[in-house]
Amino acid sequence: MDFTFTEEQEMMAGVTRDLLAEVSSTTDLRAMLGRGEGFDPARWSRLGELGLTGLMVPESGGGLGLAEVDFVQIATACGYHLLPEPLVDLVGVVRPLLAECGIETGEDEVIVWADRGQVAQADRAARLLVTAADGGLHLLVPTQADLVAQPHIDPLLRLFTLSAPLDASTRIAPPDAPATLLARERGALFAAAQLLGLAQRAIDLAVAYAAERKQFGKPIGSYQAIKHHLASAQVRVEFARPVVHAAAGLPPGTGTFARARVSHALLAAGEAADFAVRQSLQVHGAMGYSWEVDVQFCLKRALWLTHAWGSPAHHRDRVATRAFGLPLGPDRLFPTENSHA
Amino acid sequence: MDLRYTDGQRAFRTEVRDWMQANVPTTPPESFDLSRAGFEAHRDWERRLAAGRWGMVTWPEAYGGRGLDLIRWLIFEEEYYRAGAPLRVNQNGIFLLGPTLMEFGTPAQKARFLPTMASGQEIWAQAWSEPQAGSDLAAVRARAVRDGDEYVLSGHKIWSSRAVFADWAFGLFRTDPASERHHGLTLILFPLDAPGLRRQPIAQINGEVGFAELFLDEVRVPAFNRLGAEGQGWAICMATAGFERGLMLRSPARYQVAAQRLVDLFRAEGEPAAQRDAVLQAVMDAEAYALSIHATASRLIAGGKIGAEASVNKIFWSEMDIALHRTALAILGARGSFLPQAPLAHGVGDWLDGYLFSLAGPIYAGTNEIQRNIIAERMLGLPRG
Repeated sequence: MDFTFTEEQEMMAGVTRDLLAEVSSTTDLRAMLGRGEGFDPARWSRLGELGLTGLMVPESGGGLGLAEVDFVQIATACGYHLLPEPLVDLVGVVRPLLAECGIETGEDEVIVWADRGQVAQADRAARLLVTAADGGLHLLVPTQADLVAQPHIDPLLRLFTLSAPLDASTRIAPPDAPATLLARERGALFAAAQLLGLAQRAIDLAVAYAAERKQFGKPIGSYQAIKHHLASAQVRVEFARPVVHAAAGLPPGTGTFARARVSHALLAAGEAADFAVRQSLQVHGAMGYSWEVDVQFCLKRALWLTHAWGSPAHHRDRVATRAFGLPLGPDRLFPTENSHA
Repeated sequence: MDLRYTDGQRAFRTEVRDWMQANVPTTPPESFDLSRAGFEAHRDWERRLAAGRWGMVTWPEAYGGRGLDLIRWLIFEEEYYRAGAPLRVNQNGIFLLGPTLMEFGTPAQKARFLPTMASGQEIWAQAWSEPQAGSDLAAVRARAVRDGDEYVLSGHKIWSSRAVFADWAFGLFRTDPASERHHGLTLILFPLDAPGLRRQPIAQINGEVGFAELFLDEVRVPAFNRLGAEGQGWAICMATAGFERGLMLRSPARYQVAAQRLVDLFRAEGEPAAQRDAVLQAVMDAEAYALSIHATASRLIAGGKIGAEASVNKIFWSEMDIALHRTALAILGARGSFLPQAPLAHGVGDWLDGYLFSLAGPIYAGTNEIQRNIIAERMLGLPRG
């Protein structure tokens, strides 16, 4: 029983954080907005140089053969830095899924998955993964699909729905294939990881502002009303993080227990992000309601990620299935069959 | 990260489980805050634990422990609460003073106080607060005057948990009369039956006497009872507060068992739809707390130190405890507010008692307002007020 990350895991996350701080500043993101873009090829190529995209592809498929726990902190860093490009889904969900379906993919090939209808950055994808109404998985090239833009409140995300003729020639996995179900768990897990990062970013923005902004002759951060808002937000983050990490640290699965743990992670991180963003906005005062302050990006990304992999109600139902269907108790914090020599 | 138990850890769980099954009293003793009889029944339980070498499993064997790491401590606690074992009457000793003695005590002090603490022979109370020193603990006025190889203690302590029936207490005293605030304070241990000491029980909202006022009028104790150097009391006290709020005071298993009981209640009362989400939240929060403590324990085993997360934990468990009990009362409806002996209350359990006690959570061991200040200043780096 060990809850710590390895030096390698910490190092990979640290390197990613450093690069994101450099290439995904909000100045960069605002410049993209000015150009009407949601995807920066230069940033994508810098991120590609980290060699991350094959992180969860098996070594037999040319990847690093690593696991969820190796990627979870990287996904959090992507959330923190509001990365618009679909790196998290590509690395954590799409490439391992395609590898499990026996499909080869290029290192920096952009592939996005329309699993629930709408999908981000589909206009920049080299290939499109689509879940059909029957649960089957299909792989398309862009010319096979019609994209309809679905403008979202997050100005950095370009969301689309797509329609395409799906048939046996496009199908790569049967309805509800185990690989597809597992990929969906990974999608929810890494959305939770990103929400964790977003929550911390919202708090950090407010802390910086509260140390600088003066009223009644003192920094507003010296007043308890402000301190307590932000401390309460930090408490939410502190008790979402270990759930997200525990969900990443369990062997991947689609059983009742594993699904409930992922849902708990997504609910906790989503609520932490929602709460942190609202506290941050309040601490910023009128500035918080302005376009100029970056809290808006956290707010809007959180709105998307909270629903991107199933609604909170759906995830609460999955927690209920476990809480009311499996034994509970202090000795049931981890799956009971979960032991080793 | 490896979230699997080793064979050794699994065998340890079985060992604890078997011992608890054979030893936990089938009828829970009366509260230790209600009567001398309840208090002594809990002391008997501490003795029984100690006889099985379960008094404090993380302590070195020389002091009655087993020298185990924090993961095994968590396993022990999980089995302890699963078995419905009595609450620890000596928690001020074993969870607060014990670790402090381990860090700041001399070998002679450790040998004098730790084994009797682990065995339940001496039950400890804490004596931090004073009428004018609550959240502002540095306003302590009680004084200790050195006289030869003794200290003479005078002053007024209040809200001293367990002090009505306990044997010993530890508290902060001003040894430098010219000092102010957190300077010049010293941590001193004193017997509660010492001449010149009067204890006055304080009735609580639940009718129990969980704390007392202590009036000290020239109480003489040997200088041996001073923990750490003169003037070092504040630093030591802060370290103690760190242990208390950090890990041991409220072990996660307590809430996991409570959440499990809440699910049972929810089922037994016909699964009222309006309470479903709150029940699920209790289950999730109890697990989030447990996962967090496992993460902290792993970090400490790897050589880390406990910091402001002690404050984070305290806010989380205290607010979770209230939410959990409020949910139980909401499920029970009006019945939930009747005393168990009321005919109307049939099978109502002890949720009302638990609810009242949960309301003390955000107040004791440092109010949640103070904890939020600590988080804001030490974790987030916001300016001091």
